[in-house]
Amino acid sequence: MTAVTTSSPSNPSFDPSFDRDDRKRALAGLRFGDQVFAFFCRAAAIAVLVILSGVFVSLIGGAWPAFHKFGLAFFVTEAWNPVTDNFGAIAPIFGTLVTSAIAMLIAVPIGLGIAIFLTELCPPALRRPLGIAIELLAGIPSIIYGIWGLFFFAPFLQQYVQPALIKTFANVPVLSTLFAGPPYGIGILTSALVLAIMVLPFVTAVSRDVFDSVPAVLKEAAYGLGCTRWEVVRNIVIPFTRVGVIGGCMLGLGRALGETMAVTFVIGNAHRISGSILAPGTTISATIANEFTEAVGDMHTSSLLAIGLILFIISFIVLALARLMLMRLDVKAGK
Amino acid sequence: MTMAFDQVRYRSRRRRSALTMGLCWFATAVGISALLIILGTLLLKGFGGLGIGVFTQMTPPPGSDGGLLNPIVGSLIMTVLGVAIGTPIGILAGTYLAEYGRHSRLSSVVRFVNDILLSAPSIIMGLFVYTVMVAPMGHFSGIAGAVSLAVLVIPIVVRTTEDMLLLVPTPLREAASALGMPRSLVIKQVAYKAARTGMITGVLLAIARVSGETAPLLFTALNSQFFSTNLNAPMASLPAVIFQFALSPYAEWQKLAWVGALIITAAVLTLSIAARALSAKGSK
Repeated sequence: MTAVTTSSPSNPSFDPSFDRDDRKRALAGLRFGDQVFAFFCRAAAIAVLVILSGVFVSLIGGAWPAFHKFGLAFFVTEAWNPVTDNFGAIAPIFGTLVTSAIAMLIAVPIGLGIAIFLTELCPPALRRPLGIAIELLAGIPSIIYGIWGLFFFAPFLQQYVQPALIKTFANVPVLSTLFAGPPYGIGILTSALVLAIMVLPFVTAVSRDVFDSVPAVLKEAAYGLGCTRWEVVRNIVIPFTRVGVIGGCMLGLGRALGETMAVTFVIGNAHRISGSILAPGTTISATIANEFTEAVGDMHTSSLLAIGLILFIISFIVLALARLMLMRLDVKAGK
Repeated sequence: MTMAFDQVRYRSRRRRSALTMGLCWFATAVGISALLIILGTLLLKGFGGLGIGVFTQMTPPPGSDGGLLNPIVGSLIMTVLGVAIGTPIGILAGTYLAEYGRHSRLSSVVRFVNDILLSAPSIIMGLFVYTVMVAPMGHFSGIAGAVSLAVLVIPIVVRTTEDMLLLVPTPLREAASALGMPRSLVIKQVAYKAARTGMITGVLLAIARVSGETAPLLFTALNSQFFSTNLNAPMASLPAVIFQFALSPYAEWQKLAWVGALIITAAVLTLSIAARALSAKGSK
């Protein structure tokens, strides 16, 4: 019945001329919508590039007065004096590099250990929950690490760990300087330890994923030859995944370099370079967080933007290398 | 080589393996206990202060009791606004990478840059928004805070949107195109629908990430002791108040800082667990 009524010529929607106009209009509308949508997608993609170049341009613009005034000496001067308007970046750069380096020294072995545990040893039922627990460490906001570090971890280190370190290494030539007292609680080492906990999940997550990508056949072949578990990990899994593991570690390093709030709480904010890792210090991000809103003069603000630019360039290089390594791995896996 | 020698060698290899595997157990124990100790400390120090007053009263002056109403509201406003600004841009850019320019030169550059922005120090993004918004406007503002959060949201959403759209099978798109659907409708009605769970997960992860962010807010929204919904004025946020109160010498303020820390951690972890549950359900 319906077929008869709809096909009857009296129905306006089947009037050929009406139909053509309608179609044209509808198609034009669709084509327009199509172009608008494609345009916006492209524009949004370009916006990502605009953000990155905007960061560079604004930081270079803001940092220019400081670089202009201090020149290359800015990179080697330890002074940081808002009163005399004399600024140098070496203390925060040193603090940033040292805290991140120590953090990586601790986080990489532990992170790899956890990744090996999760891929090789863990009972299957526990794999997912334990993996998620480690990943939750990455979800905890950095300010929480800061308040925890200041009120729980630093007093703990001050009371138990640091006195022991000072006493143990008092008569060992190099280490006695490295662990020279008094035990402040807060300082370079404390920041490094908190950073180590924070980057741990990044190292673990990437290493676990690349460890999982090792073909089971390879491992089974090694076991078949009589290899122990450690020998399989050492000679098969790690060589197979080396690039990915290094990429994951660099990703963690990128995080450690730029980490702000946690470090600001526990580093002690002292603009000097000390031989002891128990002493307070400062990092680029902690200096900016502490001083930016209270910067007294244009030169102070400009110097803070200048060290911000230095931090951005350092972490840009580290992250770019990490991505290039991980990309190389993707290409290899895609073949 | 005698049999006895082989036995000795074999045993030492076994021992070495047992030792290193033991260290892996130990490493896992260290990681898990770090999580438990942090959460335990938060509960211990923050739970006692948790009460209805925390959600109904303003931040107090030093030496008196109060709550965290204004920073909670401020955090909610800036997070919602930041996500509202960042999500559409992120989804559109992710759509470009996965649909329009999958193999184009622009895409590979955008993908690379986006991955760097994903891990770039958030404090730098705060400085960027300060120089382009706060300095020209002449004052700190809630809207600048929201924009700095949006800058952090974009790379996360771009990444998850692209990843999820790439998982949508091509035949689905081809079938829609064969029915005469224009490209944009194929993307919106077919690809987005198929990738919906994953994209929502990405947005949830982005919310979790930015709601705990402190560093960029310090130079953009600053902080405020008052209740304010004015986006053109400095605005309190939970992380910024925790920062201020925790470093203060006042016991009441420090206690509130712990309560705030507990609230924010609970919110963030709930969000990220929800996101994981959602993505686990979607992958089945």
